[in-house]
Amino acid sequence: MKNFWEKLMHGVFFVCALASIFAVVMICIFLFANGIPAIREIGVLDFLTGTKWKPGNDIYGILPMIVGSIYITAGAILIGVPVGLLTAVFMAFYCPQRAYRLLKPCTELLAGIPSIVYGFFGMIVIVPAVREAAALFGADISGSSILSASILLGVMILPTVIGVAESALRAVPQNYYEGAVAMGATHERAVFSVMLPAAKSGVLASIVLGVGRAIGETMAVVMVAGNQPRLTGNVLKGIRTLTANIVQEMGYATGLHREALIATGCVLFVFILLINLTFSVLKRRKDA
Amino acid sequence: MENKIEIRDMNLYYGDFHALHGIDLDIRANEITAFIGPSGCGKSTLLRSLNRMNDLVEGCKITGDITLDGEDIYKDCDVNRLRKRVGMVFQKPNPFPMSIYDNIAYGPRTHGIKSRVRLDEIVETSLRHAAIWEETKDCLKKSALSMSGGQQQRICIARALAADPEVLLMDEPTSALDPISTAKIEDLVLELKKDYTIVMVTHNMQQATRVSDITAFFLLGDMIEVGKTEQLFSMPQDKRTEDYITGRFG
Repeated sequence: MKNFWEKLMHGVFFVCALASIFAVVMICIFLFANGIPAIREIGVLDFLTGTKWKPGNDIYGILPMIVGSIYITAGAILIGVPVGLLTAVFMAFYCPQRAYRLLKPCTELLAGIPSIVYGFFGMIVIVPAVREAAALFGADISGSSILSASILLGVMILPTVIGVAESALRAVPQNYYEGAVAMGATHERAVFSVMLPAAKSGVLASIVLGVGRAIGETMAVVMVAGNQPRLTGNVLKGIRTLTANIVQEMGYATGLHREALIATGCVLFVFILLINLTFSVLKRRKDA
Repeated sequence: MENKIEIRDMNLYYGDFHALHGIDLDIRANEITAFIGPSGCGKSTLLRSLNRMNDLVEGCKITGDITLDGEDIYKDCDVNRLRKRVGMVFQKPNPFPMSIYDNIAYGPRTHGIKSRVRLDEIVETSLRHAAIWEETKDCLKKSALSMSGGQQQRICIARALAADPEVLLMDEPTSALDPISTAKIEDLVLELKKDYTIVMVTHNMQQATRVSDITAFFLLGDMIEVGKTEQLFSMPQDKRTEDYITGRFG
């Protein structure tokens, strides 16, 4: 009898474990089954390197969106990583206990804010601020731009970067620190020349996770990025990301247009896959 | 022989806990002083007071005087300069996760030496001094963590020497090592006393008799007895010392 229950529970756990695998597989099938025929119809090169996105004329080139996603992610990393990393260093090695009790929940709360709220904040605060700052230099822009989106995403990836980097820094054995100060190194030198390099792979992992968060973000980006599908190097101009492309047109798209949007999802999926792969390689290196 | 370190009526508290009671002790230059005693007797605590590593412990308070060459280390002395002069080797080998070269060069770089030639020179002399040059000279770029435990500990000794200290504190430096590595470190320590003043905490009484000139016995935060090593082990003055060294407790 006991054996029967054990077998049954074993089965239940197994089915639960299968659920997530099943979900991933189903999503893959759905994405690629719908996306690949569209890519084939449009032509791989025309799709990936085409610079024009004109669904009305059946022209589907997503290069502007790929570049847009990369721009905005890079901008978010440029802004979010230094701030997040230094915050993590502060929290792990400098922060007085009392301040930590306030700071830690704050960074965690940052992770829990819905992205629509971030987007709203970006629209009301960041976009006008960028517009007015540009006006000081005589530029007349709307403010919805690569810069605005980068700032907003930079804030949004903070909790990811801080959380992962902080735990990596805390996992560095204390005796490295002691070894450094015992040779007359100051606290700063011990932290930055021994502890931070020792946490290198964890810190890199935090950046990779931040990239994943930034590239997949949709709602907040749609609200501040301007969403024009164009190739531009000007950070004050608007741009459209892969995610924004899908969310904006999916509501009314039909036929090839609809499939082209799903194909956009495929490209995004491949990006995320690569990022996760990088992350697990980094993690394995840390364990080794 | 001159006193390198003098400890006078030194008390140490961890919060409310009175960990060391009125310690008076002279540590003489170019000798090896061993601290022995059962776990929790305060010997490591005293050792870590000599380079102010106890500053890292929250709620640690020290009264009395500790002087290094006559300078009060808690009043007259910058703590980082003190720790340069009083180096330390830890119980568990703790090389940094970087190359052997960078480990050894850490101290000199910390103290402002940038010249590559000068660093190369220091790295080589320190590794030679720590009797590990032959094993490492062809792999200075390799991670220090890839070496064996005994080699790592000698690398740590070399690293401490590279900072050019006057005193070397060793906190049970062989307790994590096998007998062969232990013997190598003991030989090395005997060699080093020509140039350095050495204070060593050890759990191993044979080790104390083998290497030290002076032994101090601690029990429950008191220094019970201090004397020439052969004397302390052959004719202990205090009953408690005798009980400990004959293995009746501890």
